[in-house]
This record gives sequence, structure tokens and C-alpha cells, in this order.
Amino acid sequence: MPALDDGTPLFVQIADQLADDIVGGGLAEGARVPSTNELAAFYRINPATAAKGINLLVDDGVLEKRRGIGMFVAAGAQEQLRAGRRKRFAEQYVDPMLAEANRLGIDTDTLVSLIRGPGWHNGGSRP
Amino acid sequence: MIPTISATALSRRYRDQIALDEVSLTVEPGTVTGLLGRNGAGKTTLMRIITGLEFPTAGDLRVFGEVPAENDPVLRRMVFVREEQAYPDLRVEHVIQVASWFYPNWSEDLAQQLLSDFALPPKRRIKRLSRGMRSAVGIVIGLAARAELTLFDEPYAGLDAVARQLFYDRLLTEFAERPRTIVLSTHLIDEVADLLEHVVMLDHGRVVLDAPADDVRGTAMTVSGAATAVEEFVAGRTVWHRQRLGSRASVTIADSLDPAEQAKARALNLSLEPLSLQQLLVHAAGHSADEKVSA
Repeated sequence: MPALDDGTPLFVQIADQLADDIVGGGLAEGARVPSTNELAAFYRINPATAAKGINLLVDDGVLEKRRGIGMFVAAGAQEQLRAGRRKRFAEQYVDPMLAEANRLGIDTDTLVSLIRGPGWHNGGSRP
Repeated sequence: MIPTISATALSRRYRDQIALDEVSLTVEPGTVTGLLGRNGAGKTTLMRIITGLEFPTAGDLRVFGEVPAENDPVLRRMVFVREEQAYPDLRVEHVIQVASWFYPNWSEDLAQQLLSDFALPPKRRIKRLSRGMRSAVGIVIGLAARAELTLFDEPYAGLDAVARQLFYDRLLTEFAERPRTIVLSTHLIDEVADLLEHVVMLDHGRVVLDAPADDVRGTAMTVSGAATAVEEFVAGRTVWHRQRLGSRASVTIADSLDPAEQAKARALNLSLEPLSLQQLLVHAAGHSADEKVSA
């Protein structure tokens, strides 16, 4: 079972995991998403919690219900989620990186060259 | 909709000892409720009154809107699996057969499936079963009864982690496929936390917490990092616990943090860790004890 970390409410984590799958292309637009009971069994959570997670994405227009068949990824869902995540990218990834670079005395030029440079992932490895 | 269980100012006294002290609560149909608390908190007494095994000293208790005691039609709609349940010394298959006569929604297919899942030998006599196997017999009956109200009181004495996980998985599948009302009393809070929709905590016979599980999670955080930064961050908040080691500090606050506050914590290079349900309840119990002392 994939571990859920308990930082945010469980139903939000369920919504995030589904959103991840849609952004990553694992769940294509028009694809059927797992049912509430399937999610509950997979993550070992209460079905009501899984339903709350799904409803979060329905409210955002990312998923749509087709009566009697199930939940499906809505048209345009991937781009909608990507746009939302781009907005939060600076806050979630760049700001913490800048804060750590600042603590380590890495100036902006060095940081930029680290990002531009080939093999940056080797040079920046940590134990 | 009529609540499955409703208690109003329910009290139970044994001579000079108070087991339940004006307990009021409702359990809605189709939910999984965790009934939590320390030994002697009143969990078993409450379940015994719900299942008509005991009478309240004062107050009112209703199951499906009726008083359960000596009310056979109501009692047949519920199943109660007790800790260290005693069975007549029959063979396992006969205990299962006797149980099947009592519960109108009994599923024989499910019972047989569970017997094989838990590797229970049908021909063996109850007395020759291990403690864990006897617990598994209770779990088989509790699930196969498919009763509208299913109560488990510490159902897993002697069951190992693998068998407990099997129990949780089967409970979840059964609940998903055939929704019913489940009340589960346990000490292994973190094991069942994600299965619960609602949490009721008793302490010294009183309800100290009665809330949706989603509301309880994330209501307290441990903030750790450089002591000066930690103190700056927690200033003005309700502090439950404080620990220091050299220049580092770790402080538990009774707050949930919005994304802006979380970003602020990250900027201060602080790590945030939410309290698990079990840790939260330990705190809740500690605080109600404090109140009692100061009252």
C-alpha cells in the first residue's frame, strides 16, 4: 500500500494523489477514476473519506460524474491542474530552495549555473 | 433519520464507583465510530448497555430509537464481539452454526471464507484453540452476522499484526459493500485511525471528545528546529508540550496551520509534524485529568 503521510487531512491527500496521476498522464482525460470503494480498499481508509477526496475534485471541475457509470477525468483537467500548480511553483519549490541557498552562502549566480549546468543532479548530491 | 445509537445523560454507578457519568452522544447510521479511551474509561460499560446486557442507573439510551434491554427485535439487529469472549466448548463449526441461527442477515459464504482466511480449523474444539484463534472466531461471527449495528470491543487479544491487518481489510471491504454501523473500541488507535469516520473518547466515564476523525487530525502540530526560531513561531499559541536539547527546541502546539503559516515555518527552517490520533488522545486524556485536579 502506498503510504499516506498525515500532514494534511486524508481526503485532501486522496485528491492530491488523483491530481498527481492526472498531471502525470497516468489518468488520461476521459478515463474512469477508481471508485470510492476501490480507493478505500487500496489506501485502507474509510470509504467516506475517499468520497470526500473525490468530491473535492468534482467541485473543482477536474472529475465529472456520469450517472450510473462512475467518475471520469473531465476534458481540460490536466491543463487546469498544471496551471494551478504553476501558480504555486515559486512558493512551494523556489522559495525553500532560495532560503536554503541563502543559509549555505550560495549566491544567485552560482544557483543559476547549478540549474543551467549539465549534470547538476550529480554535483548537488548529498549523503 | 433516527440515529443508530443515542445516549442522553446516561450514567451507570456500581456502588460508589461511577462507570459512566452523564454521557450524551449519537452514532449516525452507516458510519465507523472509534470508541477510545484508557482502561476503565467506561467503554465496555457503554457497549454493554447498548447491547442490553446492563441497565443504566440514570439517563436514556436508545438503539434504532428503542430501549434495547430485553427487546429481542432490536437485539437481533446488532452483534457484539467482546474482548476474550467465552464460548461453550463446542467445535468451531458448531459455534459458527449456533451463531448463524441468531442473526437474520447471516452470510454463510462469508463465514466460510473468513474461517479459511484466519486458518481456523472447523473441527477443533474451542478449548483447544489458541487465544488469537478464539479472537478470530469472534471476528468471523461479528462480520458474517452482517448486523445493522456491529460492535467490536477490543476484539483481537492474541492476534498478531498480520491477522489484525486481515481483520481491518475484511472489515473495510464488508463495510464498503454492505454499509452498516460499526463501533470499534480499541487501544491500537493508530492502526485503526484511517478507518474511522467519527471518534468518541471517554475518560473517567465522561465524553472528552466527540468529533469527525477528519476534524481531529491535524489539530495539533509539533514544531521543531532552532530554539529561537521555534519560540518566535509559537509565540501567542497554545503550547501543550515543550522540549529543549541544546540550541534545538521541539514544541507541540494545539493549532492547525494554514498554508501561509506552513510557508512561514519553512522559511524559518522549522520542521512540522502533525500529531497522530493516538498522540492527540494521550494529550486530551492528560488535559481532562488536569482539569479534574484543578476543578
